[in-house]
Amino acid sequence: MSTISYFLSRLLQIIPTFLIVMVIIFLLVRALPGDPAIAMADAKATAEQLEQIRQRLGLDQPLWVQFGIFVKNVFTGNLGDSILLKAPVTQVIIERLPASGFLTLYAVLFSLLIAGPLAFVAALNRNSWVDTSIRSIFQVGLSTPVFYIGLLLLTFLAARMRWFPVGGYGTTFLEHMYHLLLPALTVALYTSAIIMRNLRSSVIEVVDAEYVQFARAKGLPERIVLGRHVLRNALISTVTLLGLSIGNLMSGTLVTETVFAVPGVGRLMLDAIFARDYPLIQGLTLTFAVLVSIIFLLTDMIQAWLDPRLRVA
Amino acid sequence: MTQSNSPLLSVKNLSTSFHVGGQKLRAVDEVSFDLATGEVLGIVGESGSGKSITLRSIMGLARRYGEVTGEVVWQGENLVTKPEAQMRKIRGKDIAMIFQEPMSSLNPLLTVGVQIKENLVAHTELDKKARHHRAIELLELVGIPDASRRLNDYPHQFSGGMRQRVMIAIALASSPKLLLADEPTTALDVTIQNQILKLILDLSQELGMSVILVTHDLGVAAQTCDRLAVMYGGKLVEKGSTRDVLCNPLHRYTMGLLQSVPENVEPRTPLFSLPGTPPSLMNLPKGCAFAPRCAHAVEACATTKPPLEGTEHQVACFNPTQAPDGAGGQS
Repeated sequence: MSTISYFLSRLLQIIPTFLIVMVIIFLLVRALPGDPAIAMADAKATAEQLEQIRQRLGLDQPLWVQFGIFVKNVFTGNLGDSILLKAPVTQVIIERLPASGFLTLYAVLFSLLIAGPLAFVAALNRNSWVDTSIRSIFQVGLSTPVFYIGLLLLTFLAARMRWFPVGGYGTTFLEHMYHLLLPALTVALYTSAIIMRNLRSSVIEVVDAEYVQFARAKGLPERIVLGRHVLRNALISTVTLLGLSIGNLMSGTLVTETVFAVPGVGRLMLDAIFARDYPLIQGLTLTFAVLVSIIFLLTDMIQAWLDPRLRVA
Repeated sequence: MTQSNSPLLSVKNLSTSFHVGGQKLRAVDEVSFDLATGEVLGIVGESGSGKSITLRSIMGLARRYGEVTGEVVWQGENLVTKPEAQMRKIRGKDIAMIFQEPMSSLNPLLTVGVQIKENLVAHTELDKKARHHRAIELLELVGIPDASRRLNDYPHQFSGGMRQRVMIAIALASSPKLLLADEPTTALDVTIQNQILKLILDLSQELGMSVILVTHDLGVAAQTCDRLAVMYGGKLVEKGSTRDVLCNPLHRYTMGLLQSVPENVEPRTPLFSLPGTPPSLMNLPKGCAFAPRCAHAVEACATTKPPLEGTEHQVACFNPTQAPDGAGGQS
């Protein structure tokens, strides 16, 4: 009950966020130098013709009316046409989104699979050689640029050994898994290093907590002490970190998508920026803002599920 | 109250040490005592005297962090050397423990019901439904109103006193024969303190359960315990019936502790306090740990650790307030 009302109140909080994002994007585009009407008309256009174009684009209206139209367009999914791709921005983004989503989730999954068990092993053997070696290896992962790891994997495993494709996305689910394995691993090597460090220190913090001692004093099997009492408590801060680093993860995908030629929104963003494709940049920025908001919401929901003290609407 | 001859628990020369930064820290030093069925034994002393570690060593919780030697004889077996898997069957079942901080000793993420029931899962054959009933019964036993509804509440929805009751309910889940209570009332208001102490005593009588109560509060010890053991610097320095120890203290430290309790004094009278501070366990004096603070120390105190002497009322002191019974005190 309280979980549902918490969810609803959290959902409502997104509305002002979206409004602010839309205002910023709207103003940014208006603040760009140059008159769109002049850009669209030919050089010999008269003042009257320019005025006509402005009327057609709605640029003669007051700013707040223009904003209203912009908001209405956003909600009806009309983000204008991409200059670069000569297609509606909405359609382009929808086409490219699945590859990026797949890659991001794949990378998160990899990160958790790599970081989770190793963090536990390191924390439970803290300051032993096991701990030290696990931490050193991750330190390398953390301090190596993502694109470099990507290039190394690409050169050796894809180009030389030919175990993996050098790029693309494939068409079926299994093909996606195969094509995106190296890109996901590339992103995950970095993310898992962050998660590992965080989870290791929270496990160390939790493992000597009084309630863990008390759980042991109950005579519970170690499996339950660690799984039910330690892991769950340690995960809270890691979930926060994972949610917050999703921006980091997205920029990681941006680079990775470029290195591995994955047809995703990250690479699209890069192309759009280089081509000064304003409608596309605007659409993508909006999309990223929406995605980040949803991920933050999701993070909060997972936290509330983990920690009953947070379920306060 | 059966087999009153052989003690329920017999602790012999129990020592626990930890390695801290290359140094060996001896938190519990050759502690010995017996506990009869149904008896309430108090261990009193200042913070850092090794009281809690003694309890955790009996429970087998200390050995994960340090080195435990000596014997803890329970039903003919030495718990100190018992393998972890077997120890787990005793822990929480025959010997239960409650902790000092009811705020931090319950898992904040799990409902109280889950935390009671997991004990029942580990130690009883009850099915899901029976466990649920038993959990309600336990909460009622420790005086939590509206028990069946509160089972689904989380620890943060309980007050401090109620959390301590929950902890007691968890400890009692599998009807233990011995309850180790580590400062169970220290974190609570005075009024709640009395309720909790009374609860522990009532339950001990009702269920025939022995209790070891660790406290730094002599008042608490006086109201609840049959016998007292005074601990200082990891050692037992005095041991005897509560009446003997409190009315007729033999050790200079016990004497000092009693003098620190204000009693029948005029307002604004300065409180008596023992001079000096408890010794660091990192470098205990060679002789008696209390000697540096003791106004009555003799030559031997600085060089030799005094042994615990006497029969019923024992003391470890070269210059006690009076000679202990049985043994002739060297003075």
